[in-house]
Amino acid sequence: VGGVAVLDRSASGGPAARTRRGALRGPWLGILPFALYVLLFLGLPLYEVVYGAITTSGGSLTWYNFSQTFREPYTSDFLSSLRIALETAAIGGFFGVWLACAVVASPPHSPLRRIVGSGAAVLAYFAGVPLAFAFIATLGRYGELTTILQHLGINLNDTSFTVSSLTGVELAYVYFQVPLMVLLVTPALEGLRTEWREAATGLGASTFGYVRHVAGPVLAPAVLGAVLLLFGNAFAAYATAYALVGDTVQLVPGTIQNLMSGNVLVDENNIGLALGLEMVIVIAFVMVGYALLQRRAGRWLR
Amino acid sequence: MRRRRPRRRPRIWRVTILALATLYFLGPLAASIRFSLVQSNGKDGLGNYAQVFHDQVLANALWTSLELAGLTTAVMLLLMVPTVVWVRLRLPRVALVVETVSVLPIVIPPIVMGAGLAELQLHAGAGLDTVLFQSSLTALTPFYVILALPFAYRSLDVGVRAIDLRTLVEAARSLGAGWFTVILRVIVPNMRTAVLTAVSLTVALVLAEVVIAGTLLYDTYPVELVNQSQEQVGLAVALSVISLLLTWLLLFSFTFIGTRRRRRSAIFGRPAGLWGGNP
Repeated sequence: VGGVAVLDRSASGGPAARTRRGALRGPWLGILPFALYVLLFLGLPLYEVVYGAITTSGGSLTWYNFSQTFREPYTSDFLSSLRIALETAAIGGFFGVWLACAVVASPPHSPLRRIVGSGAAVLAYFAGVPLAFAFIATLGRYGELTTILQHLGINLNDTSFTVSSLTGVELAYVYFQVPLMVLLVTPALEGLRTEWREAATGLGASTFGYVRHVAGPVLAPAVLGAVLLLFGNAFAAYATAYALVGDTVQLVPGTIQNLMSGNVLVDENNIGLALGLEMVIVIAFVMVGYALLQRRAGRWLR
Repeated sequence: MRRRRPRRRPRIWRVTILALATLYFLGPLAASIRFSLVQSNGKDGLGNYAQVFHDQVLANALWTSLELAGLTTAVMLLLMVPTVVWVRLRLPRVALVVETVSVLPIVIPPIVMGAGLAELQLHAGAGLDTVLFQSSLTALTPFYVILALPFAYRSLDVGVRAIDLRTLVEAARSLGAGWFTVILRVIVPNMRTAVLTAVSLTVALVLAEVVIAGTLLYDTYPVELVNQSQEQVGLAVALSVISLLLTWLLLFSFTFIGTRRRRRSAIFGRPAGLWGGNP
């Protein structure tokens, strides 16, 4: 292979030198299709969202749409979206770290590691419609767990719980948040060096002391970053809730879908677009925070 | 390397968390399978699965989704393989820009994309309207490609970086191959795994995407699945079990072929399909 490289470096020197003037524009022409494609098909819907959010149906600039999103019922939708994202990120983060610790504490080549690793990779993809239906099959009116509980004398259908509710949505979200967390934090946990542990123990640290002063601070940015990503993931998610509850779900995406297909008042479309733009802003902040924390995490782990 | 600690406590918490996790994660899967085996007449059997083949509406929706998946994959490959190769080869300075742009769709939730498209459909002039929104294929494909960009770029870029791109291209060029031949017969075969990963993730995305299609009222397979669940829950659950198994097969047959020789911890890390996974 090396011989070929040497050989054709001299061969390609000629034509490259001859077309020097064309070479200035040539390389940039190569990414033109990509640039145009993104500009058109990402730019167009994005433009519609931004334009609709800041104008009236007549096309004049307005703050009305945004000010409406800070009123009821939109504020409570936004708050419950944020709350669900926060809660499932916290729960998913907690159990994810715990599970990842259990995995990392096992010997490097144990079957347990392989099973949890591929299991998490598989389950992180288990979302959307199939996940919603799995929860209906489990906890729905005629679900398997509902039936089992009925035999044990607990009738879920008599309680206020239904799977087609925000609680059900939350339960379903945790299902993909935990495996995602395992996937995200395991490399960081694996990056903890045994030497650090030994050095800390050698200096007289207890397990708690090691976690408090060494492992904790080293892992904190990576763990926080992962939780932030879980938050964004749940905040943007809608497919599962859509299949589980439908567009009556009290979450921002459901409200947006309702407004967009409502056909009641034209101006309501624009409120939906303003809500959409606010979602984009929230997630942009999440991604920037994630990038910053990732950089910070890379200082000790890698 | 790691010393085995003689204490018993760590074993107990490990067993507890793993047992609880197994129950929580396998429970709904088992329930789905059990549930799908209960026929509409109340008896156990494969009735729900048999019914799948007799439902014309579902078959049509499935066909639409398969067409969408094929078309989206084709456009994605045509657009992204040359771009990724070109950027690594000739414009390494803009690699970061292209990567950032490719990751950008992550910031836009599917519902916002759907809302933008609904608005576009509403305002589209006669020309754009007839070209873009005449069928679900033309309306959804271009935007599904955008949704696929983040992980398509990521897997293709990993593939390109793993091969000695410059040497391969220069060797092929000096032997008289045109760019088309270089990409199709030299580069793509050398990064099969990356291409297959990008393809499988794109197909999985399209077959699961329900938010945009649902907002625009196009009858794709997942949308039809949600509609069916209102009337025939058993059938819908049976279908979701099938599509789940197929998706996993699709995603992991390629991934495992590619990573078999690498370190196993290659499994962990940010999954390529995040957000593309239609949560």
